[in-house]
Amino acid sequence: MAQENQRPNNQGEIRYLTPLSVDNRKKKYCRFKRSGIKYIDYKDPEFLKKFLNEQGKILPRRITGTSLKFQRRVAKAVKRARHLALLPYVTDLMK
Amino acid sequence: MNKYETVFILTPVLSDDQMKETVEKFKKVLTDNGGNIENEENWGLRKLAYPIENKNTGFYTLIEFEGEPTIVAKLETAFRRDEKVIRFLTFRLDKYAAEYAVKRRAVRKAKQEERAAQEAAAEAAPAVEEAPKAEEAPAAEA
Repeated sequence: MAQENQRPNNQGEIRYLTPLSVDNRKKKYCRFKRSGIKYIDYKDPEFLKKFLNEQGKILPRRITGTSLKFQRRVAKAVKRARHLALLPYVTDLMK
Repeated sequence: MNKYETVFILTPVLSDDQMKETVEKFKKVLTDNGGNIENEENWGLRKLAYPIENKNTGFYTLIEFEGEPTIVAKLETAFRRDEKVIRFLTFRLDKYAAEYAVKRRAVRKAKQEERAAQEAAAEAAPAVEEAPKAEEAPAAEA
């Protein structure tokens, strides 16, 4: 224990020459706003699958980046597609 | 007058004629009640994402129509009374949906025309199609 206390100062702390960019992730965006889509079609299950996880659950906004307005519309389109058996209500390994 | 869209699924046990007859019946329900049919699409026999009434496939039909709100209730009672219908969905088109529907119709029409043109071209000159294929094969080997 006495030896650990005697360790030179420069080893206790890591110093970087350039500051590290901690938050380097891409900014999320709403794809409907960006590409100008106004209506989300429930008749296109392949497109709606982008907003579902493998179990067929609707992905949250915090993951897809969709704005609230379009998240509501996505949810509605997915639910319509489910009713018409274009998308499953429950499944495994959809993708 | 509102614009509506309805999709219904018919049982796969029907023959093609029976299916068309049933679709005509529902179209008649719409026209008799003052509806105006704007578009009709037959998606044919499709696989269902999950079984409905122990069936894995169904005939999908889409009808876009215009009419007074009371027409929807009449159409839906007709759907419920008919055993051949296994699922239906009717809803009002908002302005964005109506815009999209018009665009979609145009795209589908263009595609159909393109397909018809291709078929006509294929029929007119079947020999021409075969010739380039024969040329392609040696080129791929080289």
